[in-house]
Amino acid sequence: MSREGKEPLLVVEGLTKHFPVRSGFLVERTVDRVKAVDGVDFAVEQGTTLGLVGESGSGKSTTGYCVLQLLRPTAGSVRFDGRELTELKGEELRRIRREMQIVFQDPYSSLNPRMTVADIVSEPLEVHGSGTRRSRRETVRVLLDVVGFDPSFTNRYPHEFSGGQRQRIGIARALALNPKMIVCDEPVSALDVSIQAQILNLLRDLQRDFGLTYLFIAHDLAVVRAMSDTIAVMNQGRIVEAGPAEQVYTSPQDEYTKALLSAVPVADPRRQRERKAERRRLRHALAEGF
Amino acid sequence: MSASAPPLLTVSHLRTQFATEAGLVRAVEDVSFTLDAGETLAVVGESGSGKSVTALSIMGLIPKPPARIVSGSIQFDGKELTQLREAELEKLRGRDIAMIFQDPMTSLNPTLTIGTQITETLRRHLGMSAREADRRAVELLEEVRIPRANERLKDYPHRYSGGMRQRVMIAIALSCNPKLLIADEPTTALDVTVQAGVLDLLEELREEHQMAMIVITHDMGVVAEAADDVVVMYAGQIVEQASSLELFDRPEHPYTEALLGALPSLEGERGREERLASIPGRPPDLLDPPAACLFAPRCPFAGLNDYCSVEAPELRELRPGHWVRSAHPASERAAVAV
Repeated sequence: MSREGKEPLLVVEGLTKHFPVRSGFLVERTVDRVKAVDGVDFAVEQGTTLGLVGESGSGKSTTGYCVLQLLRPTAGSVRFDGRELTELKGEELRRIRREMQIVFQDPYSSLNPRMTVADIVSEPLEVHGSGTRRSRRETVRVLLDVVGFDPSFTNRYPHEFSGGQRQRIGIARALALNPKMIVCDEPVSALDVSIQAQILNLLRDLQRDFGLTYLFIAHDLAVVRAMSDTIAVMNQGRIVEAGPAEQVYTSPQDEYTKALLSAVPVADPRRQRERKAERRRLRHALAEGF
Repeated sequence: MSASAPPLLTVSHLRTQFATEAGLVRAVEDVSFTLDAGETLAVVGESGSGKSVTALSIMGLIPKPPARIVSGSIQFDGKELTQLREAELEKLRGRDIAMIFQDPMTSLNPTLTIGTQITETLRRHLGMSAREADRRAVELLEEVRIPRANERLKDYPHRYSGGMRQRVMIAIALSCNPKLLIADEPTTALDVTVQAGVLDLLEELREEHQMAMIVITHDMGVVAEAADDVVVMYAGQIVEQASSLELFDRPEHPYTEALLGALPSLEGERGREERLASIPGRPPDLLDPPAACLFAPRCPFAGLNDYCSVEAPELRELRPGHWVRSAHPASERAAVAV
């Protein structure tokens, strides 16, 4: 994966996250563990996008949270820009978080409804003590302009805007600290198709203009294909297949990847008729009533 | 649409409005379509396009007030639904017309066993005894491929996965052999592999029971998979209507074209490099919409003349069975360009 011996921006090795399952009346004890992420390896080169796809419960979002240390992994290593994140604490972790941001799925619940657009976007700058009040105001205008949000609405509240506009606010906030990497966790799945394309194009423009690195997590295989250089397919906490995006999509090797791809209906009735037959064949082959 | 038998469902000039504090919201504006027995119609559109309100209007399930069917007619199996009293509608719902909703997590009652919820419908609509209903419930669960149906009847909904709950909803919907099934985003909350199973199941059951189906969806893939005919809605209106093959081969309305163009593709050449066509702006406010083409502000072809912003285009038949509401359908643009 590395060019000229330089390590990729993000290198994840043996990443594991187990959640305890507790049971018992009055005295709870751990009776089992859910292996949400179970030994995952991948790397993302600077300026590229790794698409992490999978169905619900596959562990893709947990992986994203563990990369950012929003959840502490049970085991494994996360090296970002040459530093081992799992060993960082407190101030050091806080400082490196400027470099890695997240955009969430739901622009309806991820923005504080009591804060104005300006406050939401400038909050990371304040938290990290970046600039003066005045320069921050200017930065906010620039950021909103970059994401295609009319900066004259900075004193309004999130509920006054549509989903697409809110997602632009969330992206502006993620960009505020000039990060190297953004984890996009289902960034368009709450949006209508016509709006979804606007946001995907925006994310691509930002990557081109600022050399951003994306860990792009989504369940929609076509969306992931449009965004990604490399792909990792997750199922039950493990990566079952990974590789260059076109290769995974055009000649999948793993049976689960094949089944997953064949299950997506495409917007072409004639082609879909053929795909349906293929899907049923694979389903019987897997002999595992979906 | 055959000359011999009238269609099972004929919706004509349906208009449904919501009275809000800010004024009247025209949620469904002049919607007409027909559906034959055994056929599947997809109603496709984005949020706020009026597709769900259309379905709820047919079912008589719109909240009155604030909603009201202002005008139009809904003929189902020889009955005019807009004229029926609530008690008569209630008899029809669940028996002749059934509906399944998007969210299988919330449409089952968490405090009742799956068995109770299935037998309730059977006893109410078909007057079965408790014993008969139990037996039929097992058959129904088997029909929607729930393993160990006999035991699973006694389980509560939380013991079922999302896909299984949607199967239970389908079992309940089919329990009285409805002539029409309205499925409102039936697979949107499900994973794709689960969706595939549910779509297969619906198709098999539809063929078996010669049931007509209306699928309401935002997913063009689901349309391509399931529909014989398609209605595309935008801002409460039908903007395009055609057979599924015709619509995907030769989309006419600029909105339909843009919608198909905005879809990232799973197959073919188009991959990482290509920029997605997006539709600028967003749908209009249905509170007091202008008397003009409602898509005009987002339409790349409006502005070729003033017509679009001053006059509302009528739905017109461009080719047999292919209707479009636009001054600039694709085939006419091509002709002008030459």
